[in-house]
Amino acid sequence: MTAAAETPAGGGSPAMRVGAMVLRHVFLMRSSWPRIFELMYWPTIQMILWGFITTFLMTNSSYVAQATGILISAVLLWDVLFRGQLGFSLSFLEEIFSRNLANLAVSPLRPAEFLLSLTTMSLIRTVIGVLPAAGLAIVFYHVSIFDLGLPLVAFFSILLVMGWAIGMMVCALILRVGLGAENVAWLAIFLIAPVSAIYYPVATLPPWLQPLSWALPTAPVFEGMRAILHDGVVRTDLMLDAIALDAVYLAVGATLFLYSFHVARRRGLLLQVGE
Amino acid sequence: MSDALIEVCGASKTFDGIDAVRDVSFSVARGETVGLLGANGAGKTTTVSMLLGLLLPSAGSVRMLGEDMARHRHRVLGRVNFSSPYVDLPRRLTVIQNLTFFARLYGVPDPRGRVRRLAEQLELGEFLRRRSGHLSAGQKTRVSLAKALINDPEVLLLDEPTASLDPDSADWMRGYLMRYQARRGCAILLASHNMAEVERLCDTVLIMQRGRIVARGAPPELVARYGRETLEQVFLDIARRRPTDAGPAAAEEAAQ
Repeated sequence: MTAAAETPAGGGSPAMRVGAMVLRHVFLMRSSWPRIFELMYWPTIQMILWGFITTFLMTNSSYVAQATGILISAVLLWDVLFRGQLGFSLSFLEEIFSRNLANLAVSPLRPAEFLLSLTTMSLIRTVIGVLPAAGLAIVFYHVSIFDLGLPLVAFFSILLVMGWAIGMMVCALILRVGLGAENVAWLAIFLIAPVSAIYYPVATLPPWLQPLSWALPTAPVFEGMRAILHDGVVRTDLMLDAIALDAVYLAVGATLFLYSFHVARRRGLLLQVGE
Repeated sequence: MSDALIEVCGASKTFDGIDAVRDVSFSVARGETVGLLGANGAGKTTTVSMLLGLLLPSAGSVRMLGEDMARHRHRVLGRVNFSSPYVDLPRRLTVIQNLTFFARLYGVPDPRGRVRRLAEQLELGEFLRRRSGHLSAGQKTRVSLAKALINDPEVLLLDEPTASLDPDSADWMRGYLMRYQARRGCAILLASHNMAEVERLCDTVLIMQRGRIVARGAPPELVARYGRETLEQVFLDIARRRPTDAGPAAAEEAAQ
């Protein structure tokens, strides 16, 4: 037997090592459906979102001329929702990453207080994230979201609370299935983006999708924002709809979170969720 | 009225049909230290988790400071604390930030003063401003104990409290715990693999095997009962013995 034909004693071939790595990730994905879901998520959502925007701009050319302020205000308000949810979820994830959840769970901190601390952190993170952006919009585009006046406070609060509600649902999922669902924290909010009427009115959506849009507090907020900026009208009816819907989503989110916490105690997941 | 601060009565925990802990009963009185021994997988961590309320028992009950831990644990958690090598403190926070955070979380009056005193007592001064994630294993163990003592607990659950400490530091730590208990009169449940430590600190020892308590008693009593010279020899006898047909419960009964 020649030396060239000999199989190395240890380590195997590059192909075997690469194959082992691929297999390792296949094992990882197979054990966690959120990781597989994530692969399909971004392309689909982006395609849907920009598809609706294009449709709207093509059919409403007169709107485009005065759309800059509306679009920038929409972007900023959308960021309130995004940062609100992310701030909540990341604060929770931080406890898991640092293996501190068990310390908290055996402290006098009650689950409802834990929720409250997360919402507070979310508010702080959101203000830090959005306020400079709102300032830059004034400097660069001469667009001030503060022109919305007092309704801005309502819009901000409604979107922030919806962000918390989604954050609670995400954290409940992480408590149930573990860190395999970590990326849902980044992706969850974009699931409702296409039907939230952020950049285009609800009427742009196909009729069968419009009820879903109105079932979210985001649609009345963005429609209300356009009513002020475009028509100079404050739509209190839309605001009340949004507040009522917010209350429902917040109740659902809090219930799911607290229930998942209870299940985690029953199954012993609080010590294992970070592993 | 019982002076037991910890009362476990017929506690069992089943995961997917597998019994992790079966029908465990014991109590820890004020001023008493009870050692929980057992090989890896014997059910010690599951038992401690049930005591803390991190796990709900499938059957039986756990009472601490007179409260049912499954239902009213938040009434007493401010008077309880624990340390475990399996749980970290936030790594990006400095030691002083962590201790201050936990002092506030437990509602300790004068958190700064409490942290300062603990830092002096446990000799944390030189790394007080270092991030917890940058500490050596031994330093982490001391900080973890400081966190466990932050609220001056009446019930202290310690999982391997001197793990990663050099013999001198470990000896000093045991002495500190004994002085703490003498002053506070707290109940201590100690899970450890260090038999010398258990012999020195514990009034009573519980040895677990396959989720059950198979031996219990004061260390000298157990040593005498098994006809051995040290607790470690007793532990090895139990750990290496094949279960009898009657099962470990019968072994405990026979031993008593």
